[in-house]
Amino acid sequence: MCRQYGSAHSDSSGVWERHRHRSSQQLQTDVQSLSGNNKPRLLLSIINELQNKMDFMTWIKVSGGAELLFNGVKEHHVTLPSQSDPWDVKQLLVWIQRNLLKERPELFVQGDSVRPGILVLINDADWELMGELDYQLQDQDNVVFISTLHGG
Amino acid sequence: MTTSPAFTHTATRRKSPLSGFRAAPVEMPVLCSSCVDKRAVLKRPKTGHSLCKECFFWAFEEEVHQTILAAKLFRHGETVGIAASGGKDSTVLAHVMKLLNERYDYGLKLMLLSVDEGITGYRDDSLETVKRNQQQYELPLKIVSYEELYGWTMDAIVQQVGLKNNCTFCGVFRRQALDRGAIMLKVDKICTGHNADDVAETVLMNVLRGDIARLRRCTAISTASEGDGVVPRCKPLKYAYEKEIVLYAYFKKLDYFSTECIYSPNAYRGHARTFLKDLESVRPSSIMDVIHSGENLSVREGVKMPVQGTCNRCGYISSQALCKSCVLLEGLNRGLPKLGIGKHHRLHDKILSQTPLTEKEERKLRSVDF
Repeated sequence: MCRQYGSAHSDSSGVWERHRHRSSQQLQTDVQSLSGNNKPRLLLSIINELQNKMDFMTWIKVSGGAELLFNGVKEHHVTLPSQSDPWDVKQLLVWIQRNLLKERPELFVQGDSVRPGILVLINDADWELMGELDYQLQDQDNVVFISTLHGG
Repeated sequence: MTTSPAFTHTATRRKSPLSGFRAAPVEMPVLCSSCVDKRAVLKRPKTGHSLCKECFFWAFEEEVHQTILAAKLFRHGETVGIAASGGKDSTVLAHVMKLLNERYDYGLKLMLLSVDEGITGYRDDSLETVKRNQQQYELPLKIVSYEELYGWTMDAIVQQVGLKNNCTFCGVFRRQALDRGAIMLKVDKICTGHNADDVAETVLMNVLRGDIARLRRCTAISTASEGDGVVPRCKPLKYAYEKEIVLYAYFKKLDYFSTECIYSPNAYRGHARTFLKDLESVRPSSIMDVIHSGENLSVREGVKMPVQGTCNRCGYISSQALCKSCVLLEGLNRGLPKLGIGKHHRLHDKILSQTPLTEKEERKLRSVDF
């Protein structure tokens, strides 16, 4: 991800550069040493970065018949590995395809999105309101896939 | 993919100076366009409006109510059978019918009517859902089975005919089974859970098959009584999008069953469905547009249409000497499963007069492609 810095805190970008490649443990130490240092902006950025470095948990629920493609399992509490850029739904779909989907992936994904007819809810709201594939996942988000393609 | 207002919203958020770092979980929820108070939970495919849960429930129910009023589907005091499979559409239909009947004092006596096709591992499970619905909605339930009506379960039929034409048997038998059940229950009307997507799909299929007679009647919201043994039917959810039905059931936490029939290859409908869903993802109004086209088609004068008569054997409506259901049944009982598949009208007289078929005819009808 391209990071943008406003001119107001360009002075701290040097400090930032030193921090951005450190491990989460080192970052934690940095945060502790900084807290008395009255640099809230930098502190905030480090905390944010810390979040990035941590694995985070997501609830993935599949229903409406789509669970058949997941060995019949409807609820998956998964840990997404840390990565430098935030996870978005597009990447989540790839991850699901590699790690959860058990059979006939063409019935779940089409191109880089879900197959038309599968509804997606993020934290119980239609993903069409949340930016669809570009939505950035947060820790403990709840993503629901409901197939409408099964008999009524 | 279209850029929704909601999408631009998040995009702007991401450009704010601090969010170059990971966007802190500050949600900027899209507000309901109706009450402008609560968080919207869905974007309606039909109108593009973003609504909160309560406003969505209200809009959905009101639209079904308006559909019922506009088409004058029911009269005060009628007994109405709700065709219930345990699936999403019929579960939502039963829920909404009960609710509207109370809210607007339709004065209807509602009942649930189910057909047991005899499919182990599918219908037996979904009927459990219907039985739970019966208790949840406190409505009487009647189940009619293929076995009691025809002497054949779908399991037994598939054993004889294989997996190629089994859906024909099931579809034809179900139509009649619902009527027979309705007559047993003495209901005035049957309502089914066909939704907008189903109707649009059927329009497409009839166009693709060149079935002009069905194309002309498939968009009708209700059928008049076509004679003895046929109960009028209607589709109160005709204009309800499948997406909204599923989300209505999801947000209302309705109890429904959603497993694919184990015998359902129904490839032709599957293609029409996939095609329509692909169109919908590009332009959500496609579904309403296809229905609109179907509703406004008129068939040129002079186009030959089958003449509706009655079956010489069972009295059910039929455009041939024997109704489809009797021919299929005859085929099963004689061990000639292909009798009812394809066009063998010439043989109807032979069946009725119980004349034996020639060896050549028998050979043609016996072969089954598995």
